[in-house]
Amino acid sequence: MAESTEIRTGVVADPAGTEKEPLFGKKEKILITDPLLDNNPITIQVLGVCSALAVTSLVYPSLVMAVAVVFVCAFSSLFTSLMRNIIPKAVRLIVQLVIIATLVTLVNEALKVLAFPVYKQLSVYIGLIITNCIVMGRLEAFAMANKPWRAFLDGVGNGLGYGLILVAVGVVRELFGKGSLFAGSGIAMNIIGPSNDTTQYWINTAAESGIGSFFGWYANNNLMVLPAAAMFVIAVFIWIQRSYNTKLVDVS
Amino acid sequence: MGDFLNIFIKSAFIENMVLAYFLGMCSFLAVSKTLTTATGLGLAVIFVLGITMPINWVINEFILIPAELEFLRFILFIAVIASTVQLVEMVVEKFSPGLYAALGIFLPLITVNCAILGGSLFMVSREYNLTESVAFGLGGGFGWFLAIIALAAIRERIRYSNVPPALRGLGMAFLITGLMGVAFLSLTGIDPAVFAGWSGAAE
Repeated sequence: MAESTEIRTGVVADPAGTEKEPLFGKKEKILITDPLLDNNPITIQVLGVCSALAVTSLVYPSLVMAVAVVFVCAFSSLFTSLMRNIIPKAVRLIVQLVIIATLVTLVNEALKVLAFPVYKQLSVYIGLIITNCIVMGRLEAFAMANKPWRAFLDGVGNGLGYGLILVAVGVVRELFGKGSLFAGSGIAMNIIGPSNDTTQYWINTAAESGIGSFFGWYANNNLMVLPAAAMFVIAVFIWIQRSYNTKLVDVS
Repeated sequence: MGDFLNIFIKSAFIENMVLAYFLGMCSFLAVSKTLTTATGLGLAVIFVLGITMPINWVINEFILIPAELEFLRFILFIAVIASTVQLVEMVVEKFSPGLYAALGIFLPLITVNCAILGGSLFMVSREYNLTESVAFGLGGGFGWFLAIIALAAIRERIRYSNVPPALRGLGMAFLITGLMGVAFLSLTGIDPAVFAGWSGAAE
């Protein structure tokens, strides 16, 4: 309701579209929601596949990675957009790289202090956010030509779209590969697996009675732990997405 | 020399940059449509990795560590890589305009090819010495080259196959890469005693 009024006033009161843009109107909402599905950085734009798939064997590191990328993506867009009129064309790539590298250094140092075990697990992949094409891709394609607030939202949206795939892959790989979720974090959950301790797993496949007794056949899929599994899982995501939205099918 | 060979083989085949660590996936997927461009990009990656690795090693060992400026590592490494890529770009443009036109946008994009920066960061975290980092650079680059020409050759042939529409292009590229990753796993059977003293751990 509030949103529709905003659109109407935005259109009527300001035909030139320069001064009184609503702070969070329809256009801004699209900036956030579009990269989540229809223009997803990984499955559609094919940007930023590089640096993070290796961390998806567990959910918790993928989540930390996703948060880090959203942070870097959002703030690098904001700062680049603020400086877009004073950056000379010839050196813009280097300026962008310095902005990104500074933010990533911040994230790196912060993680080292706040969550050292995850920091060790992610190892070089935090540093590799610098070369994550999605960050620089959005700076080139959007932040250099748009106002700071919209650039910031675009950064958040693309970071979230990227994080969504990352966490989804993480959930599939950890659940079917290890039978747990969020291992290593404060809310670690053991979903399925055989154990003598009846309280350890939600579904105890070694149990004689209860739900677990129907799952005696279940075994963890060791393929899911291998790096290659991330490829298969993403391929299946792409397959599902393009089956529903045939506009996205690759014609070449 | 034994060390050199060990690390070369290990980084090229067993811990392949693309197939085991997903480094450089963007250009790997985008430039692998035809064999000729894939070969050109693969050679450029070997070259850039082989050069930037020892330069970054020297910078890290003799400037960053003595001055305790390790937190500047990302910025310095990326600066070295960006300037090396610029150099390669000028050389390629001068001596092979055809290749330059074919590589197009992807030559400058080597700067943001994760394999290059990733190689340097792995080098630091695994504490290689100078010879080892040269071996790692060349081996990693060679492994990347092998992987991209293999994918390009498969994609050239698969173009005429009847693939489900939703999987065409990108989807198949992901599946093929995954299968290649599984195939490369068989190389882990290479005698582990040869690599005694190896400190890095696979994921």
